[in-house]
Amino acid sequence: MQHIISILLENEAGALSRVAGLFSARAYNIESLTVAPTEDPLVSRMTIVTSGSADVIEQITKQLNKLIEVVKVVDLCEAGHLARELMLIKVKATGAARDEMKRMADIFRGRIVDVTDAIYVIELTGNGSKLDAFIEAIDADLILETVRTGVCGIARGDRVLSV
Amino acid sequence: MELTGAEIVVQSLAAEGVEFVFGYPGGSVLHIYDELFKQDKVKHVLVRHEQGAAHAADGYSRASRKVGVCLVTSGPGVTNAVTGIATAYMDSIPMIIITGQVPTHAIGLDAFQEVDTVGITRPCVKHNFLVKDVRDLAVTMKKAFHIATTGRPGPVLVDIPKDVTAERCEFIYPERVEMRTYQPVVRGHSGQISQALELLLQAKRPMIYTGGGIVLADASNELARLVHKLGFPCTNTLMGLGGFPGTDPQFVGMLGMHGTYEANMAMQHCDVLLAIGARFDDRVIGDPRDFARISRRIIHVDVDPSSISKRVRVDVPIVGDVREVLLELTAQLEAHAGSVDKPALDAWWTQINEWRGRDCLRYDRTANIIKPQYVVEKLWEVTGGDAIVTSDVGQHQMWAAQFYKFDKPRRWINSGGLGTMGFGLPSAMGARMANPDATVACVTGEASIQMCIQELSTCKQYHLPIKIVNLNNRYMGMVRQWQEFFHGNRYAESYMDALPDFVRLAEAYGHAGMRIDKPADVEPALREAFARTDQLVFLDFITDATENVYPMVAGGKGLTDMILAEDL
Ligand SMILES: Cc1ncc(C[n+]2csc(CCOP(=O)(O)OP(=O)(O)O)c2C)c(N)n1
Repeated sequence: MQHIISILLENEAGALSRVAGLFSARAYNIESLTVAPTEDPLVSRMTIVTSGSADVIEQITKQLNKLIEVVKVVDLCEAGHLARELMLIKVKATGAARDEMKRMADIFRGRIVDVTDAIYVIELTGNGSKLDAFIEAIDADLILETVRTGVCGIARGDRVLSV
Repeated sequence: MELTGAEIVVQSLAAEGVEFVFGYPGGSVLHIYDELFKQDKVKHVLVRHEQGAAHAADGYSRASRKVGVCLVTSGPGVTNAVTGIATAYMDSIPMIIITGQVPTHAIGLDAFQEVDTVGITRPCVKHNFLVKDVRDLAVTMKKAFHIATTGRPGPVLVDIPKDVTAERCEFIYPERVEMRTYQPVVRGHSGQISQALELLLQAKRPMIYTGGGIVLADASNELARLVHKLGFPCTNTLMGLGGFPGTDPQFVGMLGMHGTYEANMAMQHCDVLLAIGARFDDRVIGDPRDFARISRRIIHVDVDPSSISKRVRVDVPIVGDVREVLLELTAQLEAHAGSVDKPALDAWWTQINEWRGRDCLRYDRTANIIKPQYVVEKLWEVTGGDAIVTSDVGQHQMWAAQFYKFDKPRRWINSGGLGTMGFGLPSAMGARMANPDATVACVTGEASIQMCIQELSTCKQYHLPIKIVNLNNRYMGMVRQWQEFFHGNRYAESYMDALPDFVRLAEAYGHAGMRIDKPADVEPALREAFARTDQLVFLDFITDATENVYPMVAGGKGLTDMILAEDL
């Protein structure tokens, strides 16, 4: 089963490679990983999407907690949460496809953020399956390039992850 | 007062009460060596290879309650030390490794003797630091000692670029450090402890299984008190030997791949298992699915939460310092109105004694060729069971573990986790430096001893009268044994051809050597060697090349699927 692990860690050189190294050394899988500083510049927040049995996820959280630079770890999937991902997708936009692309972007609540006479760059946010659905929905031959941030997530309601 | 980085390193070591640094100089650490030269608080021990430095610091830690420190130069100094660092990491040994690094402005430019030390060692240290600013140095040293010695201990590495050792700043060594990200649990949860006690009191077939955690936490007295109060059988892992007295009637021997028949049978068939400071690793319980075939309730006490429910599911997890938990468990037991199920326990002991009756460590005592087991038995007798015994890796290691009955902790020093050949001699040096009056023996094999043989020179320089007990079977015996059992007797590359004359080799290094090839000479030779308290003696015992270690649980098999000597 898929899990979204949120980690607060000291914003120090090498902290990211410790987390990434842990996953590869112990053969845990990483589907996506995002990291950026929080409102406190000394602390970064990392979101890792992984999958595994309950035992594996328990080990992952315990092993992460053992890393000296890790402040806190939660599995967001333990309760209600929001997960979002951002995609920028560069598509061909000529002839009939130009209007069609605009329509699809509207349906998926995407925004066209760059335009030339032959190309659109569309920005789309949502959970992973919505982004997948957009890619499915348009003609594969028209896709020139995609870039996705990987998932970032937050708990619903008053559950807060802070130092 | 303003000090240079190099002075700060040495002052920090002095402030931590460090007696010895095991090391080897080179370009990037020259400022530090210069400071070591100018003072006499922290003594330096010059090894002959950086692997030896790491193992010696490790052996020093294991044989005492102090922290071993090792100092090496950048590049090859570090890579040579990595085996020793990984060895300490696998066995959770507190140790500090100080490494030189190329100057900060040269990092990343493929400078002479540059390696990514922090990157190379990351997976085999508890933590590591690269200090880029001299103002961070003192607090980093403090953190390194704090992290290495608390919680589940382990090696911590501090990588210091050469320019940082030359720069100056105000030096204040912090009394303590607070780290919001690192707060190991000490006291176990009382509710969990009382739940554990209830299980123990209900048990019909109880078993106590303890590992290196008992030794590391200095909890053997507390363990013995509890085991004696309960009257339960107790087994130790390879790392835990000496944690419970090896001659105690309640001790059923070591368990695992080369554990005793009775220990493995009792482990498998118990209904309540109390595991303390042990981690159910593959060499201990064999195939975890086979182990889970019989249902039993498991209580697991460990300072490291990630050791719990890693390989087997446990019913009552208790995270905490094992000594603290043992104290509380014993206190709760004393205050408890109930008692153990005596009739069931008696029946269980009857069963265990029947298993004991198989006498699984029996070997041929009539042979006219030296049996390796006999040498270890005599070693135990001659040293009164009270030597510090280090070992390398192979059959000799298992015979030492099976036949030297360790009654006290920190007497048995071996690389259980990583299984590092070459560990025996340098760790014996560290053990002896930590205990200048102790009798120290290194039980080794002719293959292993050659992996760090150069340290004979260090032993000469520092007058370390270690006794090397070489069980010379002319083979990488453990490899040969696997080839005999599992590879149709095809002894691929396991014969040790072109062996040196160890007696003359020892003499060339300025020590004494003896070659013993008759059973009748074993005991007199040991007596003579141990009587020479001021000299290193290399005892080269020519042993039976065909002897195997029994019992044996083949890799991946169930714990009770044992190959016994009598089966053959
Ligand atoms: C550094 C290292 N290389 C290889 C091995 C694999 N290995 C395990 S036991 C062994 C043979 C050891 O032979 P010896 O030291 O003569 O001891 P014996 O088994 O004969 O008692 C080998 C090669 C190891 N444990 N460590």
